[in-house]
Amino acid sequence: MHMAQIRVENLRKSFDRFAAVQDSNFTIENGTFFALLGPSGCGKTTTLRMIAGLELPTDGRILLDGEDVTFRRAAERDIAFVFQLFALYPHMNVEQNISFPLKCQGMPRREAHERVKETARLLRIEHLLASRTSKLSGGDRQRVALGRAMVRRPKAFLMDEPLGALDAEFRQLMCRELRDLHDRIAATTIYVTHDQVEAMAMADRIAVMNGGRIEQIGSPQEIYDRPSSMFVADFVGSPPMNFLHFDAGLQAGDRAVKIRDASIAVPEVCEARAIGPLVLGVRPEHIRFADAAPLRGRVFGAEYLGTTQIVTVVTEQGRLKARLPSSTSIQVGETVGLTFRSDCLALFDAQSGSAIQTIGHGSVGHG
Amino acid sequence: MANVVLRHVSKRFGHVEAVRALSLAINHGEFVVLLGPSGAGKTTTLRLISGLERPDAGSISINGRDVTRDPPGTRDIAFVFQQYSLYPHLTVYDNLAFPLRSPAHRIPELTIRKRVEQTAELLHIAGKLGNRATRLSGGEMQRVAIGRALVRDPAIYLMDEPLSSLDAKLRAELRLELKRIQVELGATILYVTHDQVEAMTMASRIGVIKNGALLQLGTPREIYENPDDRYVASRLGTPQINFLPAGLMPEVAAPSGTDTIGVRTEHLRIGKLNGGGIVGRVHRVEHLGDQNHVYLEYRGQILVTLADPHQPLEAGQDVELKLVDPLYFDAAGRRVTAAVH
Repeated sequence: MHMAQIRVENLRKSFDRFAAVQDSNFTIENGTFFALLGPSGCGKTTTLRMIAGLELPTDGRILLDGEDVTFRRAAERDIAFVFQLFALYPHMNVEQNISFPLKCQGMPRREAHERVKETARLLRIEHLLASRTSKLSGGDRQRVALGRAMVRRPKAFLMDEPLGALDAEFRQLMCRELRDLHDRIAATTIYVTHDQVEAMAMADRIAVMNGGRIEQIGSPQEIYDRPSSMFVADFVGSPPMNFLHFDAGLQAGDRAVKIRDASIAVPEVCEARAIGPLVLGVRPEHIRFADAAPLRGRVFGAEYLGTTQIVTVVTEQGRLKARLPSSTSIQVGETVGLTFRSDCLALFDAQSGSAIQTIGHGSVGHG
Repeated sequence: MANVVLRHVSKRFGHVEAVRALSLAINHGEFVVLLGPSGAGKTTTLRLISGLERPDAGSISINGRDVTRDPPGTRDIAFVFQQYSLYPHLTVYDNLAFPLRSPAHRIPELTIRKRVEQTAELLHIAGKLGNRATRLSGGEMQRVAIGRALVRDPAIYLMDEPLSSLDAKLRAELRLELKRIQVELGATILYVTHDQVEAMTMASRIGVIKNGALLQLGTPREIYENPDDRYVASRLGTPQINFLPAGLMPEVAAPSGTDTIGVRTEHLRIGKLNGGGIVGRVHRVEHLGDQNHVYLEYRGQILVTLADPHQPLEAGQDVELKLVDPLYFDAAGRRVTAAVH
């Protein structure tokens, strides 16, 4: 398999006055599974289409293995764009489906046959080569569709929500399949999705996009543990991070914030701030109930999920969702005290939405 | 006290047995969820109770009265469909009032106003009563559709996947709301869905249904912790419960007749190699943020377990496996209970 590094420099795209992509910069190293994650309209598909050569940028450069391909046609880029993983030619068998792109290139039959065999071996579908596609399981269909993209030996794969149409359980299975395949062939892959679970489960690195901008790039765990903005904190995680709004000033070295009368321990603050609206971010699994805790709320509802339950608590700072062991007994309507796991808390500027630097929150990778 | 009782109800469409000898008693104030894949017979069951279909065999009673042969209008039920079907030319108020204005009921307009306002309050759409139905968001439209059932006070509300057309965030919000409203009103609800999270989070009792047959009925906790059947065990839990052939794990003292061992992801513990017999190899670690999903290879099978997100684990590493509370199933998929030691 060929490998490729993909580099995007100051990439911009405007449609009339609408800026779909604003000044993106990132490098995807050889063999990385890279996810572009964001809500619809965030610019992720436009970014992907520019890398594929299906859309020309307004400004900026795209480099494939150091070579500027910004204005090259899609067919000259050595990249496979996988639109839909389940669309196969129904009247052809598996071998004919996979060899179709080679036939179009005019490759001699013998050579094409060898290529198809090699691809099928990698995908572990050699035994299916003579089968009709209509007889295949969903997983095998996905493998054949990928095989059709792989057989040209492209330098990278680009995928735009390939699993979007599937129901949740089957999608999980397909995610695993796709990632297993990636581990075997290690081709640079860019995967566009609006589904944070897909991105978290599959990607080595994730770029979270919002309003045409990249908000954060990092490994799934970095993005989850140290979100660079309230947008990222809210978009990643289910239920998402809870936000408690309060007004305060900060000094570098502070190790606690005051919400009403409650003093709440936080990771050491690195920057000073004048008094203003702030937000304390706390993930559901970092909340525990403790009778003596000064921050209090009323239980609105409890949702059983097997091992854990999600308990919704109404506080003066808004509604919070806590993930607790399902063995904890909860009464709807009861008043509870809330404690937080202090080393995992995040602080945000309420106006800009961006994270305030704390120790342990220092190394945030910005786009 | 049982509110709605189905006794051995069967319904066939041509060669397809949609519902097979289904018996179910729904108590007053209960929120029963029928959980199953599409084609399991969930919607047919609702349609049989509502009178839109007539059973081939068996009987249905509502509030102690046999209604098996009664037309839908006389059954004292309210139906909420998957697709909100509002009257687009009417306001939210008139949409909500519509079921009460039927000439059969003859309810005074003042009473109607009170019911509509109460319902709108309950659903947090009181501010939208004057809006045209088409000028609402998807979530608001579905609230109005549910509200149109709630303005009445029927013996039972029948709901057919009412949240499935909404996006994930809204669905999570309305789940919580619907449960709160049901508790506040003391309403009796039969709700069908294929979504296990809806079933687990809202139901007083879940009925797991497959191929027209009710496999198990119990509280979410009973169904999750004590499944009678392999299919039921697989239906709840994300990631799914692990199954492996009993022969692959002779170290586990399974009761006789065991064909498959089931172990939930949170009950498959992993630890450092320490002389124990059951050793697996880490295949892949997925970082989902609040926890990791760890895929393990064990004698040609892939098993999934949960781990702390910051626990250091790498692909290729060997780990010792420990099973906590495994479940045993026979060749037919029925639960085999462990002998008491």
